[in-house]
Amino acid sequence: MRHRLQFAGKKLLRMILLLLGVSLAAFLLMNASPLDPLQTNIGQAALGSMSQEQIEVLEAYWGKNTPPAERYLQWLGSALRGDFGDSLLYRRPVLQIIGERLGGSLWLMVSAWILSGVLGFLLGAAAGWTRGKWPDRLIRGYCLLISSTPVFWLAILLLLVFAVWLGILPIGLSVPIGADAASVTLADRLAHAILPALTLSVTGVANIALHTREKMIDVLESDYVLFARARGESKSSILLRHGLRNMALPAITLQFGSISEIIGGSVIAEQVFSYPGLGQAAVSAGLGSDMPLLLGITVVTAALVFGGNFIADLLYGVIDPRIRRRAAHK
Amino acid sequence: MNPILEVRHLSISFLQYESGFRRRMLTVIRDLSLTVLPGEIVAVVGSSGSGKSLLAHGILGLLPYNASMQGSILYDGTPLDPARAARLRGKEISLVPQGVNYLDPLMTVGAQLRKGERGAEIKKRCREVLARYGLKEETQSLYPFELSGGMARRVLISSAVLQSPRLILADEPTPGLDAQSAGRILGHFREMAKGGAGVLFITHDLDLALTVSNRVVVLYAGETVEEASASDFASGKLRHPYTQALWKALPCGEFTAVSGAQPYPGEIEQGCLFAPRCPHCRAQCTSGEIPYHPAGNGWVRCLLSPQEEE
Ligand SMILES: Nc1ncnc2c1ncn2[C@@H]1O[C@H](COP(=O)(O)OP(=O)(O)OP(=O)(O)O)[C@@H](O)[C@H]1O
Ligand SMILES: [Mg+2]
Repeated sequence: MRHRLQFAGKKLLRMILLLLGVSLAAFLLMNASPLDPLQTNIGQAALGSMSQEQIEVLEAYWGKNTPPAERYLQWLGSALRGDFGDSLLYRRPVLQIIGERLGGSLWLMVSAWILSGVLGFLLGAAAGWTRGKWPDRLIRGYCLLISSTPVFWLAILLLLVFAVWLGILPIGLSVPIGADAASVTLADRLAHAILPALTLSVTGVANIALHTREKMIDVLESDYVLFARARGESKSSILLRHGLRNMALPAITLQFGSISEIIGGSVIAEQVFSYPGLGQAAVSAGLGSDMPLLLGITVVTAALVFGGNFIADLLYGVIDPRIRRRAAHK
Repeated sequence: MNPILEVRHLSISFLQYESGFRRRMLTVIRDLSLTVLPGEIVAVVGSSGSGKSLLAHGILGLLPYNASMQGSILYDGTPLDPARAARLRGKEISLVPQGVNYLDPLMTVGAQLRKGERGAEIKKRCREVLARYGLKEETQSLYPFELSGGMARRVLISSAVLQSPRLILADEPTPGLDAQSAGRILGHFREMAKGGAGVLFITHDLDLALTVSNRVVVLYAGETVEEASASDFASGKLRHPYTQALWKALPCGEFTAVSGAQPYPGEIEQGCLFAPRCPHCRAQCTSGEIPYHPAGNGWVRCLLSPQEEE
């Protein structure tokens, strides 16, 4: 038990250091951006009609006069105290905005994550099991096709088919246009999330299925499966007793590793479907030079990704006897 | 007596992709024939890479995905097709695999021995078999990584004899064991042979093969070069220069090794595979097929042997 705690502590420490690095990298990138916050957010024409004092006030607001190092340290100082500042674009606390947006995105991402994980695993396992036969070829063909398709293109295609031609699903946003918050039903929200979630799942499936297929083939070609067959174990016993057990570890790695891809995909999918989620907020923060919001989103998404890897590491310890027993002996 | 196992002109090849899309068949076992009678231990001797493990896997119908097999295998007088092999595996025919990696790393020894069966009966049998090889009851709850090399070896053998098979394919069952454990295992094989089972004892150790087996089949680069009875060795009746060289290399012989190395699969396309290393090589040895033919009470693949010279 002490060993596990030590292990978890070390991982957490590493995670904090990585978060620090990620926030710094995001800051530096934004700093190096050629976009001028005043030009993009206020506009050339409006700026032209302003007095010098007004412009100076605005420059101070967008942080143009503060040296970068000081700006980052200021942000870091308050972030460590839990205060991520106010968004420059929305003029509201960053955490509040992230909270709202995450609420919209999270279940989009979670449903896509689960769907692509389960479907990807099943398809990959089936393809590996029927290696070289028609189910394998079909699944592999589908995966190769999908993984060579850009997410935005797929999103537009789905939008075209289901929202424009068939007209059975809404074309964008997360709630009906013009409806007031009280009258929005759960069914409305669901209907609006289907297409973005579908886009994310469909692209996620391909990657997971192809990797799972490789793992399945590795397992089936392994010496221990050969010996299990030599002992007379049936096909179902090989699949259920040896196959699933040995696929569990790589599947967990894949599944939790895919969090980053889902988040990355959601940025694009939300943009296409005008879905007001975290991904869309990230795009507006980036284009609008909203440093506090962008850093906040970066830290939160990075924490989600690291958190996923952390959970995967902990699950290893539960599943893999080599880790579990060694820990118990200590 | 009818043989329990008869392998006739067995060839095993791999389909390999070379640079780009060019494919080629790599033949690793060619024209291999042998028989095992009930009650007999037949040793298959050959150096590393000569195809011993593949032979065992081929008999069981467990070749890799990209392998293909020609020739015929008869078990108990009837062809052993894949479906029949699948029915007999683990029941009448059992395998002692070559290494520890043949155990599932994520499953306890007991669970692997029981093969998913439940009940007091199988538990009792597992306990008995393990005890026979000096393994305690607790071994069952260990994972493969917790076993020592010798323990793992004994677990592999236990698993093979759990079902009282009629044919045992033992692939290098004894390395890594102390003399006493090895002796106990070989003794046990002999016991099972006495009970009517056939044992195919695969090893690279000729010395060991001669101590337990009735007959020895010598493999060289995937071909059977000689089949001799164990007594032929000491009495100097060996037929093939390679077997003679192996015999001479033993401590009890002159202890001289033949120079050079066994060719890789596909390296020599025709003629005798041993020709480059053979002290008696002649012009006709390097072309055409060298037939495997009876000689005395054994078999040989060599143009020098008396049968051919007549
Ligand atoms: N899956 C495979 N694909 C291609 N070639 C293979 C494959 N498996 C084995 N071979 C080749 O077949 C030959 C025989 O292999 P095998 O494992 O039967 O040797 P062996 O006699 O058991 O050797 P050892 O004593 O080292 O166990 C080797 O040359 C090997 O390279
Ligand atoms: Mg081998």
